[in-house]
Amino acid sequence: MLSLNHFLVLSGILFSIGTAGVFLRRNLITILLSIEIMLNAVNLTFVAVGRYLGTVDGQIITFFVMTVAAAEAAVGLALVISLFRHRETLSPDAFTTLRW
Amino acid sequence: MDVIAFYVFAAIAVVASLLVIGQRNPMHSVMLLIVSFGALSGLYVLLDAPFTAVTQIIVYAGAIMVLFLFVVMLLNAHTEDEVVPPTLGPHGMKVAVVLSLALAAEAIWAFSRISPTVFSNDPGLTGSISSVARIGAGIFTTHAFAFEVTSVLILVAMVGAVVIARKEA
Repeated sequence: MLSLNHFLVLSGILFSIGTAGVFLRRNLITILLSIEIMLNAVNLTFVAVGRYLGTVDGQIITFFVMTVAAAEAAVGLALVISLFRHRETLSPDAFTTLRW
Repeated sequence: MDVIAFYVFAAIAVVASLLVIGQRNPMHSVMLLIVSFGALSGLYVLLDAPFTAVTQIIVYAGAIMVLFLFVVMLLNAHTEDEVVPPTLGPHGMKVAVVLSLALAAEAIWAFSRISPTVFSNDPGLTGSISSVARIGAGIFTTHAFAFEVTSVLILVAMVGAVVIARKEA
């Protein structure tokens, strides 16, 4: 029988993988992808807790998280394109100064 | 049966996510992330949330990942810079791995100890939470304000993305 803890532990593992991606990768696009992994881990938590509480609120919050993820991806990728135009690289270590 | 499906989908999601952060080629990373999202959508079906599962496929795998693919192709950056960044120090990578593993261990420990008394496991509930009608009623009544704010957010994000990515005149 599946319990809530199964889904919560899986979600914790996925969130840690996303965090590791943000720490370890030196590519802006992969870092944004890692953030998407973390958002999905949180979505899984919302849906699982909503299911075991017997409400649809978990699923509704998931839709809002998806919307925010779409907005974040659009703005983030626009920033990546803009940065790439200026420095011809995607390494975050090339953008350590606040100067343009 | 449910348990087997859960472990299969969980294994696919974890392995695909690990490969996403283990790839040097961003194109492969995006493709593997779509695989991971497919597995998550299977898990949503197991959680009696078929509408969320379909939305996950259409919105995430269909729309957001296509946006990522467009940018990867547009920038034509197929490999990551090989140089080890000087800012990270000699042991930076090891510290990052240890910190991530510590976070994973902490999350697993905490989540596996949650007492199930608050949460019912009554199958009688599940018929009502998979109903699209109830989800729609919830969005347009209780969460109507958040829903309207979401539309403003999308508008702002759209205008912002266009302004940021615009070529300087």
